[in-house]
Amino acid sequence: MTTGDTYDEMWGRGDDLRPPYEGYKHWLDGEDAKRLRAKRREADELFRLTGITFNVYGRADAEERLIPFDIIPRIISSREWRKLSRGIEQRVRAINAFLHDIYHRQEIIRAGRLPKEMITQNEAFEPKMIGVTPPGGIYTHISGIDLVRTGDDQFYVLEDNARTPSGVSYMLENRETMLHMFPELFLNNRVMPVQGYPRDLHASLAASAPDISGAKPTVAVLTPGIFNSAYYEHAFLADQMGVELVEGHDLRVVDGRVAMRTTQGYQPIDVLYRRVDDAFLDPLNFNPDSQLGVPGIMDVYRAGGITIANAPGTGIADDKAIYSYMPEIVEFYTGERPLLENVPTYRCSEKDALAYVLDNLSELVVKEVHGSGGYGMLIGPTASKKELSEFRKKLTARPGNYIAQPTLSLSTVPIFTNAGLAPRHVDLRPFVLYSPKGVRITPGGLTRVALKKGSLVVNSSQGGGTKDTWVLDD
Amino acid sequence: MLGKTANGLFWMSRYLERAENTVRLIETGQRIALTRSGASDDDWTSVLQTAGALGAYKEAHDEVTRDQAIDWMLRAGDNPSSVLSTIKTARQNARTVRTAITGEVWEATNAIYMYACDTLRRKVGERDLQEVLGHVRRRTALVRGVTHGTMLRNDIYDFARLGTFLERADNTARILDVKYYVLLPSVRAVGSAIDNVQWETILRSVSAQGGFRMEYGNATEPRDIAHFLILDRRMPRSLAFCIGKICDNLGYLAASYGTQPTSLQRAIKMQQKKLSGDMDAIFDSGLHEFIQDFLSDLADLGGQIQTDYRFVE
Repeated sequence: MTTGDTYDEMWGRGDDLRPPYEGYKHWLDGEDAKRLRAKRREADELFRLTGITFNVYGRADAEERLIPFDIIPRIISSREWRKLSRGIEQRVRAINAFLHDIYHRQEIIRAGRLPKEMITQNEAFEPKMIGVTPPGGIYTHISGIDLVRTGDDQFYVLEDNARTPSGVSYMLENRETMLHMFPELFLNNRVMPVQGYPRDLHASLAASAPDISGAKPTVAVLTPGIFNSAYYEHAFLADQMGVELVEGHDLRVVDGRVAMRTTQGYQPIDVLYRRVDDAFLDPLNFNPDSQLGVPGIMDVYRAGGITIANAPGTGIADDKAIYSYMPEIVEFYTGERPLLENVPTYRCSEKDALAYVLDNLSELVVKEVHGSGGYGMLIGPTASKKELSEFRKKLTARPGNYIAQPTLSLSTVPIFTNAGLAPRHVDLRPFVLYSPKGVRITPGGLTRVALKKGSLVVNSSQGGGTKDTWVLDD
Repeated sequence: MLGKTANGLFWMSRYLERAENTVRLIETGQRIALTRSGASDDDWTSVLQTAGALGAYKEAHDEVTRDQAIDWMLRAGDNPSSVLSTIKTARQNARTVRTAITGEVWEATNAIYMYACDTLRRKVGERDLQEVLGHVRRRTALVRGVTHGTMLRNDIYDFARLGTFLERADNTARILDVKYYVLLPSVRAVGSAIDNVQWETILRSVSAQGGFRMEYGNATEPRDIAHFLILDRRMPRSLAFCIGKICDNLGYLAASYGTQPTSLQRAIKMQQKKLSGDMDAIFDSGLHEFIQDFLSDLADLGGQIQTDYRFVE
């Protein structure tokens, strides 16, 4: 039951229930609203108790907050998923080939498929990675490919997260919560499991260990600490993998290896799943003021003494200016047509594009090239006059800093409200593991939902919530 | 295990134990106020002193009143040993060692935190006080229970237990330190109503009134109380019991790591030299001096454990 052009994943564009939702809807019709409201409160209580919280930067009054969870699942058919996962795998392989190339021979630039300035004048390009080949040749051990949907068969890649994508703990906890609250749903619907992720993650990281490590590589998770917004997730993943959660001050370089201070002395680490940004990774090689990293880790890395996941310098691949070249990148390295489409993107660095963007600002979404988390972003159709004129100034002053995209009519999925079901816009972040043993994609991923009616911003830092995501094994 | 993790486990347990002990002290103070006519605010001075909170209290307040003393020990943000502060610190430590503790231990710890943040946001009124105190005490007991019932008996458990028993020994010793004069043999002859109250206070502060009656009947002898709290190895809050447990856990650590750390030797020495004799010897050499020495040895032992197991760099 939707209006206008918006595609609803439950109801399509009309009132015909879409097949993936049939089983769920049948169950839902037998439930009364009162019980569901009670279940929703129970879910909140469960999250609060397990401490699944995130910290919001710049808000002293709310050190930890819950991400709202909606009890209506988002359901994807196995046919849809097969198609998506092929496209995701192609994209992740292309991104890794691209990263290897631009830090080595830069064939893509020689071939004239990518302007040289996109690399040389890009802050996300890391000169210290030139000529460095990570163990196993893997750059993005973990990536999150953000997808949006606008129609029955129409998916777009909104963003490639090649640095340290977060949110996978919500994917796992959302499922745990649903299993706990509605076990009967999982008996009557064949939902593909997601719980294997931590084990897969560990196996994938271990398979990417440097040659120097033994048969059972030591893996550790590096966190900036308990005040980081994603600390809960860092602890969760370390716990689920059964590895140590370390901070910079637990580590030092000992005999050419990165080692952690244990109760029995220093013990070398083979693979470091770091949730610390490049700039803070090594005060000797990057930001000298960093308290979060390990002095000298880059030297150990270059000598092949440790695997850093993801590799430093992968940010160049999820840079929004590079994003607009992804179709070329996929084609260049795989020799195939991209299976997943990019959102049409105007590079404001180009004169004609800038003129178009300025003329049509109120219809476009403008994003900062290096921004993330929904900060520094303009959504034309909902922006005030003041915001529009501010962005106009910013664009004119530093056009190269921005890209623009048409406002997509993102698909909706119903959420449960006190007044019954109501459609809200969603996106999807599948999580992809890549190791010398291959690509592994957990079925589904994290569905983020804009809880405010009509809103297109799904970021948790901006009032978004999450849903359990089902891929049916049908 | 990371040195930092050992540190976090140790302090998480210490702070939870401290929260529980402070609650017990407030309950005891409250009990005196309710049951004894002519109870004065002086009693709260001694409760504050026992809780190790008197110095900071006096910096923040001009006089000791019952109301303010309770509030200070229960929820003052600028009192790092208030129940609320210690619960927050315990939970902060639990977050840093989230990977080392079981989900149930974390949830129980997080539940106290949520309860305390919610309930102690505002001043607790007279009619709610007993209930709130009881609630906190039960919730700390729950953490101890799930720790006991769900944690592997490995080094993680040992460090958590070391924190618990160091704090508990410290607490019992401080109660004795403040009240030692009512336990001296010379007082015995007096045996006034005031003394009876003091003795009861001591026993209640360590939840030992029942255990004491079981062992010694209703005739309260100060010497027996001193023995019960210092040397009785069956009494779970006595100095001998706590040091015994510390020796056990340091021993397990030494066995699993294959080392003989200095801290273990010190703990054994404390047990053998200080806590294996009888009360006569302790009274002869001076009860007060004994307790002072014990507190100082205990602080050294805590420091040595941190060094031996690389809690910090």
